[in-house]
Amino acid sequence: MKYLCLECDEAMEFVEAEGPEKGSLSVTFICPKCRKGIALLTNPQETQVVRALGVRLGGRTVPPEPFEQVRTTLAKQREGLFHPEEEEVIWTEEAEKRLEKIPNFVRPRAKKVIEDYARERGYREITPEIMDEAGEKIKIGM
Amino acid sequence: MRKEYKEYKDIIGDGGSNIVGQVTQQIERLRSRMEKVKHKVAVISGKGGVGKSAVTVNLASAFSMQEYTVGVLDADINGPSIAKMMGVQGQHLKIGENGVSPAVGPLNIKVMSMDLLLPSDETPVVWDAPSQEAAFIWRGTMEVSTLREFLSDTEWGELNSLFIDLPAGVEKLPNVAQLLPNLDGVVLVTIPTEVSHFVVKKSAVTAKALGIPVVGLIENMVGYICLNCGQVGDLFKTIYDGKKMADQMGIPYLGRIPFDPRISISSDKGVPFVLEYSDSSAGKTFIEISAKINGFLGRNK
Ligand SMILES: Nc1ncnc2c1ncn2[C@@H]1O[C@H](COP(=O)(O)OP(=O)(O)OP(=O)(O)O)[C@@H](O)[C@H]1O
Ligand SMILES: [Mg+2]
Ligand SMILES: [Zn+2]
Repeated sequence: MKYLCLECDEAMEFVEAEGPEKGSLSVTFICPKCRKGIALLTNPQETQVVRALGVRLGGRTVPPEPFEQVRTTLAKQREGLFHPEEEEVIWTEEAEKRLEKIPNFVRPRAKKVIEDYARERGYREITPEIMDEAGEKIKIGM
Repeated sequence: MRKEYKEYKDIIGDGGSNIVGQVTQQIERLRSRMEKVKHKVAVISGKGGVGKSAVTVNLASAFSMQEYTVGVLDADINGPSIAKMMGVQGQHLKIGENGVSPAVGPLNIKVMSMDLLLPSDETPVVWDAPSQEAAFIWRGTMEVSTLREFLSDTEWGELNSLFIDLPAGVEKLPNVAQLLPNLDGVVLVTIPTEVSHFVVKKSAVTAKALGIPVVGLIENMVGYICLNCGQVGDLFKTIYDGKKMADQMGIPYLGRIPFDPRISISSDKGVPFVLEYSDSSAGKTFIEISAKINGFLGRNK
């Protein structure tokens, strides 16, 4: 899949893939020149074609977890088997405000990526500084 | 007329989706995991309920009795039974650095089965899907994904052989063949009835068409052993000769296992029959058959 902005004759850049939610993936692209965005929305069949490949659209920041697909798709699982408790991380007010300024189509992913980054390093609280740090390590365009 | 603008090939990269790269990595992960498993053998039948799972468990155990390191993969995603038969139900799987540690059964046999992931015996496998219709569409692809993950993400370690118990029929065989391009072969299990013989022939033909070697045919539940007097009686009215059929099809005949109620009692108990009754007629047969399979695998390398 490649997308072209006809107005600028520029290849659009992948921004992020979200979902599947209600059987649909939404994949967003943006034109680097005019900054116009588009979203590709899939139906359940198309969603499953992508899912069956066991890939993350846009690539991964970390390698896939073992049994990733089974763990994320099996409706009823043995308790405690595959759900190591995730530690809570708190956003400070300033960090929260800054998060609000991130365009809403990248915000959920940015939030998740930053939280993961913080957890990995043992931070319990996310401050604007940590956002900067995370932003540098993992280009998420904040 | 077409306006002037860039074409697909003018844009470098894959548009940012990075699918090809990830699929390549997946294949590599599976390959490097399976590299440490010397032999892979799938157990199949035409019909259900002929004793595939019981045969798989006992062959794997017979191999371990000869000091081989062995694993059993339950490829029957919707009707898993291996964990129960090996007595590992309820064991905890741990996610480690390098994958998921399997359950460990008698004689250190490593086991991976859907059973180990489900909350209880009665829980059916249900996939999260947005609708009933989607759940139906997803089932097939999720089964393949699960098999792939069971194979590539389980910490099998170094194994001499991995036995794979498939569900009845041959529908899933192409999936296994695709995931394991160097599958050593399939063991066919039948019972001495006309229907079973008829469908097991079809399975043999399918295996050959997929280019998978046939290790041989096992006839199960041939004759009934009376536990009181030791006499062998016929279990089925008409006896279909498996040896003759194997000869006709040009596949090796591995042996016949009598119906012995202790086999099913052992299965229910979770202790492989051959470990407990290695001196019984059925126990000896399992050991003989495993030696023939071992011979086949040896020639295969
Ligand atoms: N030779 C035998 N003597 C007595 N009982 C047997 C024998 N072989 C298998 N059984 C029993 O028969 C039942 C069915 O066997 P099993 O579950 O192994 O069949 P299967 O082919 O794997 O079935 P399915 O198609 O449902 O997966 C089990 O209870 C098993 O213990
Ligand atoms: Mg079975
Ligand atoms: Zn543009």
